[in-house]
Amino acid sequence: MSWEIVMGLEVHLQLATQSKIFSGSSTQFGASPNEQADAVDLGMPGMLPVLNEEAVRYAVKFGLGIGARIGERSVFDRKNYFYPDLPKGYQVSQFFAPIVSEGVFEVPLEDGTLFPIRITRAHLEEDAGKSVHDIFTHETGIDLNRAGTPLLEIVTEPDFRSADQAVAYLKTLHSLVTYLGISDGNMAEGSMRCDINISLREKGSEKLGTRTEIKNVNSFRFVERAIYSEYERQADILESGGTITQETRLYDAENNVTRSMRSKEVANDYRYFPEPDLLPIVIDEAYIEAVRATLPELPGAKRQRFIESYGLNDYDAALLVPHHDMADYFEAVVKACNAAKPAANWILGDLSGALNRNEVSISESPITAERLAGLITRIEDGTLSSKLAKQVFDAMWDGEGDADDIIAARGLKQVNDSGALEAMVDEVIANSPDQVAQYRAADEAKRKKLSGFFVGQIMKASQGQANPQILNALLLKKLDDQS
Amino acid sequence: MADTQLLTAPVSELRQLLSDRAISSVELTRAFLRQIELCNPLLNAVVTICEDHALEQAALADKQLATGEIAPLTGVPLLHKDIFCTHGIRTTCGSRMLAEFTPAYDATVVSKLQSAGAVTLGKCNMDEFAMGSSNETSFFGTVKNPWDLDCVPGGSSGGSAAAVAAGMAPLATGTDTGGSIRQPASLCGITGLKPTYGRVSRLGIIAFASSLDQAGPMARTAEDCALALTAMAGVDGGDSTSADKPVPNFHGALNTDIQGLRIGLPKQFFNDDLDDQVRARVLEALAELEKAGATLVEIDLPHSHYAIATYYVIAPAEASANLARYDGVRFGYRCDDPQNLEDLYLRSRSEGFGEEVQRRILVGTYALSAGFYDAYFNKAQQVRRVITEDFHRAFEQVDVIAGPSAPGVAFPFGAKQQDPIAMYMEDIYTLAVNLAGLPGLSTPAGFINGMPVGLQLIGRPFDEQTILNAAHRLQTDTDWHQSHPSLGDLAS
Repeated sequence: MSWEIVMGLEVHLQLATQSKIFSGSSTQFGASPNEQADAVDLGMPGMLPVLNEEAVRYAVKFGLGIGARIGERSVFDRKNYFYPDLPKGYQVSQFFAPIVSEGVFEVPLEDGTLFPIRITRAHLEEDAGKSVHDIFTHETGIDLNRAGTPLLEIVTEPDFRSADQAVAYLKTLHSLVTYLGISDGNMAEGSMRCDINISLREKGSEKLGTRTEIKNVNSFRFVERAIYSEYERQADILESGGTITQETRLYDAENNVTRSMRSKEVANDYRYFPEPDLLPIVIDEAYIEAVRATLPELPGAKRQRFIESYGLNDYDAALLVPHHDMADYFEAVVKACNAAKPAANWILGDLSGALNRNEVSISESPITAERLAGLITRIEDGTLSSKLAKQVFDAMWDGEGDADDIIAARGLKQVNDSGALEAMVDEVIANSPDQVAQYRAADEAKRKKLSGFFVGQIMKASQGQANPQILNALLLKKLDDQS
Repeated sequence: MADTQLLTAPVSELRQLLSDRAISSVELTRAFLRQIELCNPLLNAVVTICEDHALEQAALADKQLATGEIAPLTGVPLLHKDIFCTHGIRTTCGSRMLAEFTPAYDATVVSKLQSAGAVTLGKCNMDEFAMGSSNETSFFGTVKNPWDLDCVPGGSSGGSAAAVAAGMAPLATGTDTGGSIRQPASLCGITGLKPTYGRVSRLGIIAFASSLDQAGPMARTAEDCALALTAMAGVDGGDSTSADKPVPNFHGALNTDIQGLRIGLPKQFFNDDLDDQVRARVLEALAELEKAGATLVEIDLPHSHYAIATYYVIAPAEASANLARYDGVRFGYRCDDPQNLEDLYLRSRSEGFGEEVQRRILVGTYALSAGFYDAYFNKAQQVRRVITEDFHRAFEQVDVIAGPSAPGVAFPFGAKQQDPIAMYMEDIYTLAVNLAGLPGLSTPAGFINGMPVGLQLIGRPFDEQTILNAAHRLQTDTDWHQSHPSLGDLAS
């Protein structure tokens, strides 16, 4: 039987505010346990929440970023459940009236098409703390540093039909929120955590199957693998005539399986009711417009502009745009050398490769945009062959100065002079009678391959500085002429 | 000045004595500490006495009085209900759960009164988590009514009311979620004011029902309440529900001219259910106000009979969440030797909370449960709006609404303990005021068989001044508020 997968995603996004959503404690990651938890975060008797306005602004930015509806009056609610790392015994969230609703998010797929995902809602809430099981023997520690960190929970409609779509959505979302500056998007530190609602149905069927929810998946790769493994599990059950149990599952990355959480932890009645300690958030048109005025150019618009004003293809634009710093770097290079396509190639090719190998981000690149532009300028004006350019690139990476310094210091100028090149060609032909004879006896198809020997010899003799285009033309002419 | 006279003098007089340097704050503080020491074994009104702290504050006050740096309450001793968090002083909320809890912070009310110069003598007993109308739910034992030691003082601010009545302090703080200031004030023959919701910060007050809780003063006179409220009130950045309204000098603005004041008598308060003797006392007091120039008008609060049902859905629902933090994990009572997490929760909460608190948590949890939310919590919220609108409509016709503060006088211990509904009826005249967020006060209105009766005056939102004026006028023309139990009999 053939199955169609149907998925909706819930993303918990940590907002990058300086302090917590309802207290003045810092949200910095990595402090010693409970160092960043004050009386409010600890849920001490008599303590009251005070809303951090910055979190509201970030939520509105997000709403505007996806063209969603911003609630004129959104309300906080208490979500009640007992857990040791939930200090008050309830989480302050938004259930009945979320701050953002009804948005559509356009996700570019690899083929350049845009795939619309409907955003049901995005609401503000506070994060819980952490239970620490590996420090004390037979005892559980509680770290409340994370308690009260502002979260935006972004919920989609069940619009996904493949793992690729889900991952593309998450990547695009990641790009959007980092562009907006509302989250650092650091998945390893838990700044972006994903719950996947997943069900299967027979291809062609309109009816939704029973779903499971995979909680807290924290990398793009794990999302993809969790989906595949849950797909396999559900398909096996359905094909053997079984039924899916609606439940919450956890993805075990080590064994690449999803596991059922104990049903006790799932069967919760959260008893939501309006949080009486906080006033409703009232947002008027003036506020929305003031926030809108602060929005940067967003990835979708930037992608379009890169294609239109720089003549990039969809593929390059899609790779350059998601990372804000990379897009900025690209524009700085183009501004300095006015060669967009080569700039894109260098950034996505050699530069990205070197950055990845050395685990350096582009904002910390040892080769500045101006220097890369200098290199491209020397390629464009014919000073450097691509082979020489790579040498110069490596030298720049090692901090040997800008392209012109390195060219001068190493004497790396490309030989474009046809007289000099002709002499070299003549010499190689004279010194390689066997190869010349072989070449001349060969047919067209083989000749192409055999010509490589001569090019290699001349490049060797010229220390790579021969202009390959001129060389090729000369070489072929000489070889062919005397045949 | 004789001891009794000093111990029963209103704050307004004590201030004068202090600023005239006729008495020092240390002397005054010692006098009240001595009275607490004498009476408390019998009354059990105070759960924590802070002698050293009080004397230190008093000595500081004396220095300020000497230099003429006088704040409105400089050197005046007071007691705090044990629901207000006090930095470094145990704060129990009348519960085993917090029997050993010492906060590292002061409630805003505590720090405001301290800045106004007041001296903290100690902390008052109360119904556990402010849930009760008789002070019988306290983990620290019942408080006795100084007018009759076999009777309850009312609740939940029963310790505060009994302490003021017994001359243990001239002023005490209380909180009122459904009548917890006004009903015990009535039963102990003192004046107690519940301000408008939002007038006084709730920060640092241990929450019972957040949308209803409000702190206020309990004292001998309306004038003292005006003095104390001026010091307690004001917007607080730490409490989002505190109102950003200017705080008048309620004391400076006191005015005994009530000519033309329209007082509404809700027919629902004066129906056949009202005890005849209570009716007689309340009407006598209102006749005094009429004599002073007020006009009495019958008004209609058509939905007031829904107040109890509405309150007993909303308050327990909010309480069920507010009290979830007492789980034995971070602070408060923890059961011995928990076997696992569930055992820790179950036993810490079952052993740490008393019966009434557990009853309300159960009721509140039920009212919020899936499938019942609409029928209970949501419906109660709707009715709450209707009740509020009744009041707003009535205030188009009148300036003040009046009625009894409680259905009767203080009752004997145990009389209503087995019947929660009978106990809940104690607040039948006060609950609606909390639901509507209005200011209300109770002022002495005579006696039935030697036991005090209270008149309740209800005002427009943020118009505490008008009800304070009316009560002040009543206290100018009558002397019910000056009666006090025989202090000699209370000393053990």
